[in-house]
Amino acid sequence: MSPQVAGQLELLGQVLISGVLLGGLYALIGLGMSLIMGVMKIINLAHGELMMVAMYITFWAFTLAKIDPYASLLIVFPLMFLLGVGVQKFLLSPVMEADTVLPQGQVLLTVGLGLVLSNLALLLFTANYRSVPVSYASKTIYWDLKLGGQTISLSFSYPFLIAFCIAGVLGASLFIFLAKTDTGRMIRATAQDKRAAALMGINTKRITYITFGIGAALVGAAGALLDPVYYLYPQIGGQFTSKAFVITILGGLGDIPGAVLGGLVLGLAESLGSVYISLGYKDAFGFIIFVLVLIFMPRGLLGRGRA
Amino acid sequence: MSRKNLIGLLPIAAVLLIPLLTQNPYLLHMFILSLMWIVLGQSWNLLGGYTGQISYGHAAFFGVGAYTAGIMVKSGLSASTAWWGLLLGGLMAALVAAAIGWICFRLRGSYFSLSVLALSEVLRIVAVNWNRLTNGAEGILLIPAFNTKTYYYYIAFGLAAVNLGVIRWVMHTKPGYYFLAIREDQDCAESLGIDTTKFKLLSLLISAFFTGAAGAFYMNYMGFIDPGIVFSLPDISIMVILVTMLGGAATKWGPAVGAVIFILVSEIFRVWVGSGHLLFFGVLIIAIIIYFPNGIVGTLADRRARRRRARGAEAVA
Repeated sequence: MSPQVAGQLELLGQVLISGVLLGGLYALIGLGMSLIMGVMKIINLAHGELMMVAMYITFWAFTLAKIDPYASLLIVFPLMFLLGVGVQKFLLSPVMEADTVLPQGQVLLTVGLGLVLSNLALLLFTANYRSVPVSYASKTIYWDLKLGGQTISLSFSYPFLIAFCIAGVLGASLFIFLAKTDTGRMIRATAQDKRAAALMGINTKRITYITFGIGAALVGAAGALLDPVYYLYPQIGGQFTSKAFVITILGGLGDIPGAVLGGLVLGLAESLGSVYISLGYKDAFGFIIFVLVLIFMPRGLLGRGRA
Repeated sequence: MSRKNLIGLLPIAAVLLIPLLTQNPYLLHMFILSLMWIVLGQSWNLLGGYTGQISYGHAAFFGVGAYTAGIMVKSGLSASTAWWGLLLGGLMAALVAAAIGWICFRLRGSYFSLSVLALSEVLRIVAVNWNRLTNGAEGILLIPAFNTKTYYYYIAFGLAAVNLGVIRWVMHTKPGYYFLAIREDQDCAESLGIDTTKFKLLSLLISAFFTGAAGAFYMNYMGFIDPGIVFSLPDISIMVILVTMLGGAATKWGPAVGAVIFILVSEIFRVWVGSGHLLFFGVLIIAIIIYFPNGIVGTLADRRARRRRARGAEAVA
């Protein structure tokens, strides 16, 4: 194999690795969104802003108390859960019953919530870009591959690798929770048919609180994991909200395994597109794939979501 | 014209007189922005409120209108005084809307909403990257044609008035009734022989035309645009929905009420707290959705109707 081919392979391998690692984080963002969409049938347009809140919690825990971002997951997870429960209980649930011309009240309420959260952050923390300067931020692990007489050296970013592993653990826990526990079964039943679930004696209102709580906690975890490798500012949420619904549609509305696939596909599309097509258009690829999937595969890549 | 209609014209006449009463540029600026937002709200309302097709991507049309006007002037094709810049901005936006509609009207409900959002974001990214046409992220800078705000006030007023007139007129013709039928039950409308795709597209084209014209006006009035401003998802696409919902979707005066309150509230708090002022508008939106689910105008009208019904029932008893 010639050195040029090896170089091309190295680049491709590197792009695929960073795409998958990024995709793992995207999957975590998408899981929360998909869960909320599945049970409440609404698009949570404050999803990215919830993540922003978690990122600030992690940031302040690190800055004020020197708590490692990964350790701060233990704070972020319960706090975000409570925030999610509160939002559903005091804001979204009351709106569900209202009789309106357009059935968009709840979605717009999440928009209002996002506006409140991002502007509150702007007011409290100013528009400055901040980062969590952990010691291992730029640490990388190398992996040398011997291939046809050439050495291909692939690098793995340490924080991204940890984030990917934690995301994997959280994702797997969610599956086990949904499949094996009573609460998990109740969530799935409510997502399938809310009325029937209520008739079987499930307190569907409580289930919606728990669902929103879990959704917020998951995206919060993604925020905490993203902190060591990203910068944060009050308006960061918007772009992740759009990514979240792209992921969810790719996977199929309310399809939980689909959301994982959607996250990986988006991560790969962005990473491949930015290297092989154009960095400036990186963010456009997700949206273009999104529209194509919507038109040609409206039930998601796995074909199991709600159409 | 009935007496009721004449009384309805009084506030319009009052609005027409504002520049004669004050020449304060700051106040006029607020009025001009309000008028522009009235156009945006009313246009969105035609598609979203009356036809029931919620667009999360109206910034696409605003941006295309603004860029059309900007590029026209920059390339020397038109003077910034040319009123037909507005017309061309609108037409270009309608053209883009035709393409977007062709793609997105295959989808319904939230899927339609999100696909429009996605395409509008794609347009924003194109505007950032297509340097030769749009000057990229640097944006376009123009010297405004008029140095007094009075002219702009009357242009914005004219645009808002024509916009309102056209929408009122459309809503009293057959297509207008088709729009409502599509909103209430698309399948039912289809089975009664309404070509739903055609009329949804018609509603979108009118809506996009005026949104684009407002964009062209914004370019000429502000003298500066960049993709982040005119194609903004939170500041245009989402805001226009909030403005309309605040006043009341599918009501005649709802978007106007919403636009004025939006400008007023965000301006008061901008002066008072500086950055983060949209916080209060967000709180207002949440409160409105919870307590006035059909918007201010819509919910007040509902309550009046309910009281009237209750009184009617009493009279019968």
